[in-house]
Amino acid sequence: MTTNTSPPRLLVLGGGTAGTMVANKVHKVLPDWDVTLVDRDDVHDYQPGYLFMPFGMNTPAQVRRSKRQFIDPATRIVTGEVDRVDADGRRVVLEDGTVLDYDYLVIASGTTPRPDQTPGMLGEEWHRSVNEFYTFEGSLALRDNLVAFEGGRLVVHITELPFKCPVAPLEFTFLADDWLRQHGLRERTELVFVTPLDGAFTKPVASRELGHALEERDVTVETDFMVESVDQEARVLRSYDEREVPYDLLVTVPLNMGADFVERSGLGDELNYVTVDKHTCQYLPQGDRHPHPEIFALGDAANLPTSKAGSVAHFSVEVFIDNLVELAHGRPMTHSFDGHANCFVESGHGKALLLDFNYETEPLTGTFPVPGVGPLRLLKESRFNHLSKLAFRHIYWNALLPGRPLGLKPQMSMAGKHPEGPPAAVSASMREE
Amino acid sequence: MPTTTISGRTLEVNEEGFLVHPEDWTEDLGVELARLIGIEMTEAHWEPIRFLRTDHAAMGETPTLRRVSTQTGIDVKTLFGLFPKKPAKKMAYVAGLPKPKGCV
Repeated sequence: MTTNTSPPRLLVLGGGTAGTMVANKVHKVLPDWDVTLVDRDDVHDYQPGYLFMPFGMNTPAQVRRSKRQFIDPATRIVTGEVDRVDADGRRVVLEDGTVLDYDYLVIASGTTPRPDQTPGMLGEEWHRSVNEFYTFEGSLALRDNLVAFEGGRLVVHITELPFKCPVAPLEFTFLADDWLRQHGLRERTELVFVTPLDGAFTKPVASRELGHALEERDVTVETDFMVESVDQEARVLRSYDEREVPYDLLVTVPLNMGADFVERSGLGDELNYVTVDKHTCQYLPQGDRHPHPEIFALGDAANLPTSKAGSVAHFSVEVFIDNLVELAHGRPMTHSFDGHANCFVESGHGKALLLDFNYETEPLTGTFPVPGVGPLRLLKESRFNHLSKLAFRHIYWNALLPGRPLGLKPQMSMAGKHPEGPPAAVSASMREE
Repeated sequence: MPTTTISGRTLEVNEEGFLVHPEDWTEDLGVELARLIGIEMTEAHWEPIRFLRTDHAAMGETPTLRRVSTQTGIDVKTLFGLFPKKPAKKMAYVAGLPKPKGCV
């Protein structure tokens, strides 16, 4: 516990997008606080770049930096693996035995692809004919495997939801279509999109628009496909309902899970995401677990019912910081996160779409951020959207991580958007055989 | 919101036919909802459906397929056998609950 003379101690687990932003912003608004950040390494990747590396649109050097260079030097940085959070004792134990006490804890340990969780996914062919683009190594290997690809069945596959950046597999498909055309391989390639969802995307209007985009590009879509195993020898995906999808080159999105220490600490759900209040990101105990109002989870580590995406980390961190200042002054939290996510969707041919949505409102068509003007167009392809997405890497390194204001409000706005009526009845979708 | 009549009761449903008010649900209604999608309820079907009802009441949301499987110990393959093709959606429908979110 703190005494009257020592400043409050904030401990941040994880130095990715959310953790770095928290550390930097806390120093600006609560300069006397004692901030410690724990991470296992000093590598900070611009993860949206993983999508571009396979197509040579970003170089490895453009996406990789040192973590420390972005973290306010007033932060104490500890390198180590977290063993567990002792929530009752308000301390974190590292695997090397180091004990770190805290007054407030922020868990920002993200989400990780877990190919080990699907039988047959890992093995001899991992990062050869079975690929992923959610790690630096996987994205690089995929770049080389695409260069060696001579046509056949290129299958883009999603294992299960939720996963990081839910539009990325669609973007990969669009970019692959474009890349294959440029390399004279599109005629010789069957491009297949395999998803556990019943459409291209989760939200109806976006699913319709993106579904059209797949159709236009002659992409075969296999829906409601829950993978049971990968057979690397036969080169097929098998589903629980005994369908088979053959591939020559598989690009899968493995099951995503939160950090194992979250499970060991008894703070997580069945996928090791910290259970939180969706408006404050404050720990919300499940079942008979004890409340710990001093624990928060931000970014992908939390079980927020919205996209696991950098924009969500960014907007929710801003709300958290405003609330933390109130807590620091002994007042109740009054700021509420609305689930706002804002995602560019690369569609190939030098264009991109923009999605903007929150817990209550699905992505709609319209203009952003200035109503009726844009310059960005929502849910429609444009060159400007694509250039903005490419430019965002610089904004990320130079403004977002250091905690400089971007001029975007965390709350979603309806201005400039075109709401639609209720979607057409699709009840038949469940009864079909 | 559209309504539908099942077993003489008028019920509010969404565009996909899911009950709007989980509190409208009874086990008898569950049997009828199952029949509408071609499922004859057996004790094996009831085990996950009862879990869905309890878990929704405790957590405020419909559990995902993974959660149903890890919490009840019924493997995913078995759930696919009981509620063919779309077990998560079909179980939620029979249990009178909204589709599981997991979908964002």
